[in-house]
Amino acid sequence: MHLGESMRECEYSQISTRSSTPMETPYKKRTPKRKKWEAFPGRNKFYCDGRIMMAKQTGVFYLTLVLILVTCGLFFTFDCPFLAQELTPIIPVLGGALFLFVLGTLLRTSFSDPGVLPRATPDEAADLERQIDVANGTTGYRPPPRTKEVVINGQTVKLKYCFTCKIFRPPRASHCSLCDNCVERFDHHCPWVGNCVGRRNYRFFYMFILSLSFLTIFIFAFVITHIILSSYRKGFLTALKESPASVLEVVVCFFSVWSIVGLSGFHTYLISSNQTTNEDIKGSWSSKRGKDNYNPYSSGNIFTNCCMALCGPLPPSLIDRRGFIEADAPQMAPPTNGITMYGATHSQQSHMCDQDQCIQSTKFVLQAAATPLLQQQSSEPVIITSSPENGTSLPARASLTLGGPCTSLPLGQPTPPTSTPSLSCHEAADMLPIHGHTLNHTHPLQEQAALHHYLTPEEVPSPPGMLHCGSPLGHSHTVQASFYNPASQDSLHEDSVRGLVKLSSV
Amino acid sequence: MDIRCFTVLIFCPTQFHNLQELRHSASLANKVFIQRDYSEGTTCRFQTKFPSELESRIELTLFEETVKTLNNFYAEAEKIGGQSYLEGCLACATAYLIFLCMETRYEKVLKKIAKYIQEQNEKIYAPRGLLITDPIERGMRVIEISIYEDRGSSGSSSGSSSVSGSTAR
Repeated sequence: MHLGESMRECEYSQISTRSSTPMETPYKKRTPKRKKWEAFPGRNKFYCDGRIMMAKQTGVFYLTLVLILVTCGLFFTFDCPFLAQELTPIIPVLGGALFLFVLGTLLRTSFSDPGVLPRATPDEAADLERQIDVANGTTGYRPPPRTKEVVINGQTVKLKYCFTCKIFRPPRASHCSLCDNCVERFDHHCPWVGNCVGRRNYRFFYMFILSLSFLTIFIFAFVITHIILSSYRKGFLTALKESPASVLEVVVCFFSVWSIVGLSGFHTYLISSNQTTNEDIKGSWSSKRGKDNYNPYSSGNIFTNCCMALCGPLPPSLIDRRGFIEADAPQMAPPTNGITMYGATHSQQSHMCDQDQCIQSTKFVLQAAATPLLQQQSSEPVIITSSPENGTSLPARASLTLGGPCTSLPLGQPTPPTSTPSLSCHEAADMLPIHGHTLNHTHPLQEQAALHHYLTPEEVPSPPGMLHCGSPLGHSHTVQASFYNPASQDSLHEDSVRGLVKLSSV
Repeated sequence: MDIRCFTVLIFCPTQFHNLQELRHSASLANKVFIQRDYSEGTTCRFQTKFPSELESRIELTLFEETVKTLNNFYAEAEKIGGQSYLEGCLACATAYLIFLCMETRYEKVLKKIAKYIQEQNEKIYAPRGLLITDPIERGMRVIEISIYEDRGSSGSSSGSSSVSGSTAR
């Protein structure tokens, strides 16, 4: 059919609501097409044109790589010839295979997407806000609920709203504050592999630590064998002098064995009970929480759990790193009731420069300061911190003291700031509707303040998993949510003055 | 009504020559988001609740069938059974190098889903002035259904069903 054929000619991406006629997007042709990884909102590093994805801090990863390469290199150079001669040549072959497997799984863990959830499009975020407002009643005084409850296999699970990604996180997902992404089935952020460990790379991570345990034990055992066999003939000290590399290897392996084997054992336990490190630390499914508390994701059978985790289907990456950024989709007409907080002025976004957006945000924040948003909670002055590193966008994150004096005016519907991709401006918007978020922190605005600098309370339990990498058995995470940094207050006051001065010139 | 729809499509190809023309002749009025249904765990499922905005645009049965078929596709992709174990073990044995030449089952099913959505758009949704966006483009969070209004109509943004006359009532 003619119609069907012409439709099939269109590539699927053209069916989406992007318009590509020259008349409608004149400037699109002038700007070169960028790939999506170049505009990725999280704190990740990309290499090889978006094929490789890692966390921002990769120093420890290089240390891991160097340790493995050097130890194995020394083993193959100094110990293997002796062992191949004296015992059997299978030893270097086996060692080589193990080494390659370890390297392969390490690189796969480090370079792949752990299961990052892309952030909500502005339309989605606006729709969610509308739904939350409708559910809450539109008075605006009561804070919108930021959790949803869902019953999974008979167990009630709370889904939290992520302020950064503007989505309700799926169950078992968590926001990694180091990478600034929501990750599906978030296990922990591992600095040793330089990446988060989540749904898509958990099996590689497990294979890595398992094979590394075997490799460490292998090298340790055979280096000891080498030294012992040598010392039968030449004496212990002579043997040591002849192959000093062996001493180094023994030392490295000795210290690694405890942590790596321990970690493998811990993760074997996690896999068999179908828990994540995050859940284990929080004790989400522990029976201590309640009699009826059980893990709704576990199938009950150790073997099935292991198979699901290791041999289950591998989902594809949800962030299209190497796709091209399309021109802005035609936006919906902003609703006229003014209730939606985030999406309303989005259509203006592409036409405003950063500075304008920041000025808008600052206006909004100051306007909001004049409204009694926090009247029910502002017994003490609250300071919204801002990150001093964003030089140009400081006005947007001017710190304010909202408190008692500002309670005289009724709450209007302030014009919301544009929801921009830049961290600075949309966190200004995030400052306000958070006082209902009283899950486990002392002061609601502290949570938003903490967002800028530190781990938020809900995120704090998850990243300590990075300490887990090194000390699996101790659970010795220093879970501190230090909310205020008194040292930065002076710079914040400066910033706020600067911001106000800038506004007065608008 | 269906026959009339198809008649319009066949004999008046200029109505919707392709879906790009839908965009040219209609303007985006609203977007409806079908959220995920987590009641069965973390497997991918979408809610089958019929959104009120679509009540005047499409029949409940068609909508439900689309969502249920999509849910079935995703269940098939994430099914844990003999084939997935085999694939997993083989991949592990080859140090996951096999994925350089082979497509995972999930990717194969995603391609099927893309084809199904395109087909649904062509046959059912575009004639009603609707467009489904593949959930994979929205991070598998939502099924986004865009509602278009005909620009040629009187410009009112209320649910006028004059989408180029193809939704014969």
